Amino acid sequence: MSTFYYLIQNMLPVAIPLLLVALGGMFSERSGVVNIALEGIMLFGAFFGALFVYTFQGVDMNPQVLLLLGMLIAAVSGWIYSLLLSFAAVTMKADQTITGVSLNMMIPAAILLFSKMFFNSDGITTTKNFYIREVPVLSNIPILGEMFFQRTYLTVMIGFVLLIISIIIFYKTRFGLRLRACGEHPQAADSVGINVYFMRYAGVSLSGILGGIGGFFYSVGVLDGNVSGHTGVAGFGFLALAVMIFGQWKPGKIFFAALFFAFLRTLAYSVSLIPFLDGLGIDQTYYKMLPYVATMVVLAFTSKKSRAPKAEGIPYDKSQR
Amino acid sequence: MENYIVEMLGITKEFPGIIANDNITLNLKKGEVHALLGENGAGKSTLMSVLFGLYQAEKGEIRKNGQVVKINNPNDANALGIGMVHQHFKLVEIFTVLENIILGVEPNTMGFLEKNEARKKVVELSEKYGLSIKPDALIEDISVGMQQRVEILKMLYRENEILIFDEPTAVLTPQEIKELLGIMRGFANEGKSILFITHKLNEIMDVADRCTVLRKGKYIGTVDVKTTNKEELSRMMVGRDISFSVDKKPAEPKEVVLSVKNVTVASKHHKNNAVRNVTFDVRAGEIVCLAGIDGNGQTEFVSALTGLDKMVEGSVTLCGKDISKASVRERSVSGMSHIPEDRHKHGLVLDYTLEENMVLQRYWQPEFQNKGFLKFDAIRKYAENLIERFDVRSGQGPITVVRSMSGGNQQKAIIAREIDKNHELLVAVQPTRGLDVGAIEYIHKQLVERRDAGKGVLLVSLELEEVMNVSDRILVMYEGEIVGELDPKTTNVQELGLYMSGAKRNTVKEIDNAG
Repeated sequence: MSTFYYLIQNMLPVAIPLLLVALGGMFSERSGVVNIALEGIMLFGAFFGALFVYTFQGVDMNPQVLLLLGMLIAAVSGWIYSLLLSFAAVTMKADQTITGVSLNMMIPAAILLFSKMFFNSDGITTTKNFYIREVPVLSNIPILGEMFFQRTYLTVMIGFVLLIISIIIFYKTRFGLRLRACGEHPQAADSVGINVYFMRYAGVSLSGILGGIGGFFYSVGVLDGNVSGHTGVAGFGFLALAVMIFGQWKPGKIFFAALFFAFLRTLAYSVSLIPFLDGLGIDQTYYKMLPYVATMVVLAFTSKKSRAPKAEGIPYDKSQR
Repeated sequence: MENYIVEMLGITKEFPGIIANDNITLNLKKGEVHALLGENGAGKSTLMSVLFGLYQAEKGEIRKNGQVVKINNPNDANALGIGMVHQHFKLVEIFTVLENIILGVEPNTMGFLEKNEARKKVVELSEKYGLSIKPDALIEDISVGMQQRVEILKMLYRENEILIFDEPTAVLTPQEIKELLGIMRGFANEGKSILFITHKLNEIMDVADRCTVLRKGKYIGTVDVKTTNKEELSRMMVGRDISFSVDKKPAEPKEVVLSVKNVTVASKHHKNNAVRNVTFDVRAGEIVCLAGIDGNGQTEFVSALTGLDKMVEGSVTLCGKDISKASVRERSVSGMSHIPEDRHKHGLVLDYTLEENMVLQRYWQPEFQNKGFLKFDAIRKYAENLIERFDVRSGQGPITVVRSMSGGNQQKAIIAREIDKNHELLVAVQPTRGLDVGAIEYIHKQLVERRDAGKGVLLVSLELEEVMNVSDRILVMYEGEIVGELDPKTTNVQELGLYMSGAKRNTVKEIDNAG
């Protein structure tokens, strides 16, 4: 049973960044803009979040407050970076895939350069510890307490809150309805007086905000608050794209898809704790491939049924009806 | 001086290289159905887009109830009570009917949707006008006719009083058309004003009070429908006399060209077969028409016949050669020409030039290529020849990108290609869909000419008039089966309608001995 709790406790900090970034991708793509740039946006957010933590880690402050502030910085920087995509893809009507790829390529290089210049290292290394041994009161709830409120990070709780907010925005608000219309049939949205360009900027901006936060949370929950220009976010931005597709561009399903991938990854890193898997004597490296192999397999099997937003990837042009 | 609810005075709208509307005037009375008639490209849709705020006119003014108004976008139009049902529906497929109706004017508190009130209003409107709409059905699950009703409900929900219908009947079955015209009449009787874009004269005679005719972007005139007739309207529209009956001699069927035996085709949408056990022959020198209401298996049958899809059972023989399993090209080479139902999807590569499209079936023949390299001179010459012979009009001749051509000329290009290539059988699927009377007349002439040249013609059509006028023999398809064989000389539209709706059927007989 303790192995089970261990897996859950270790899975959630991994699942949350995937979840948030995939939700970001969902907002962008359901508004009609393909967002390949998630990897770059994540890294950009992670970098500035970590830079903020690095700068203020000497100040006497509750680490959780520092984390919240870092999250805001990461959100704003992710948003700013995403504006490049919005500008190119929406205003300038550039090819969204190419724009996204170039945004992805720029960031790791920029981080390496910046870190070499100022820290003489490949990234930023922070000393702050955000780990929460147990949350007062809540951790005493039977079962749930141990699953969600012990040996965890604040990121997990924020992640769940953001998931719920996302679902409400997406399905229950006027904004969500209009956003989804723009990704399916922008001409229809335009004909009833909705500003398609504005909605697409909004969609991409949300993906920037969630992507930035996701990147920072990855740095906090997976890398102990560090960022490196070499390993970046280890393909989590692309994994989040897979999660989004596996989740059919729907928030609820994306949540489960994120848990699935995070579970595989956690499992891969916990092989030595599970006697059965350990006994098989397979090299750990193979297990570490699991989430990535699963991505390929799952996408191969689900892509036939998956239904992408109809108008995604097509720049909206008012004059073409 | 009469009181008009909307006046469009001296409207001029230019696009690069073309004047779409040249000093056009249109006056709409309150409570009338006003038809706007013209050929494809006459400027009807442009004029209505100006009224709906999608385009801004360079010259001219719009008045509502005598007041000059500026309409810069659909929101302005909506605020003035102007609504529009577009030719291509503006509906989000994965949304429910209700969501589509409220989109843009969502009832909400603090941005949160309040659907219940809206649902009540939609249901009330639907009941009041007999539209039988289910508010929570998904658009992708309902028929095209129902989708159009959603568009109508969108206007009613916004309490529009001026309703624009842009070619609303093009996508409907005869039954649905009748219902729609009834609904439009009902609106007019209630005091709403209707603008009805069409190029179908029968519909104008049926429902409209007055009719304004445009030709090549110019205003020709406005007439009272009661005091005019189809001939006069068509003369105004086309600028010359049009014959509605198709001129043809009695058919002289000869040997069997196409023999279809027990063909069964699976459906893509449900478990049952879309086409069941279809057997018939087409002889050289006759036009056989496959009639039926849309969605009764015609599309699937043609896909199987032309090799686009596989059949489950049965055989197809063309000129004595079994082609049941042949590829599309083998069928083409064996003498089958095909004018497809969807000319954009299966007929043309829209972003290719006209000349490239002209040799799509033949580019691999030695005439047009040498060791894999295309002979551009030969292709150009061939295309120029076809363009001249078939009077295909385009901006830049052979190098025109096909997407920029009008529907009628795109269709002419396909016909030119399919007729000029070696063929014994011509399969024409709804060849006149969406075309104006001038183009229809031309296409019917071509079909009859093929017949007289001793080829077999299989025409698949949804238009009753076309079925009656063009064919020598009618096969009616209903729910995937041939339910009757009729002679157009001895039957009438009513009887044909009964067969098409499944109310009547004669026992399936051997059709081999027909003719």
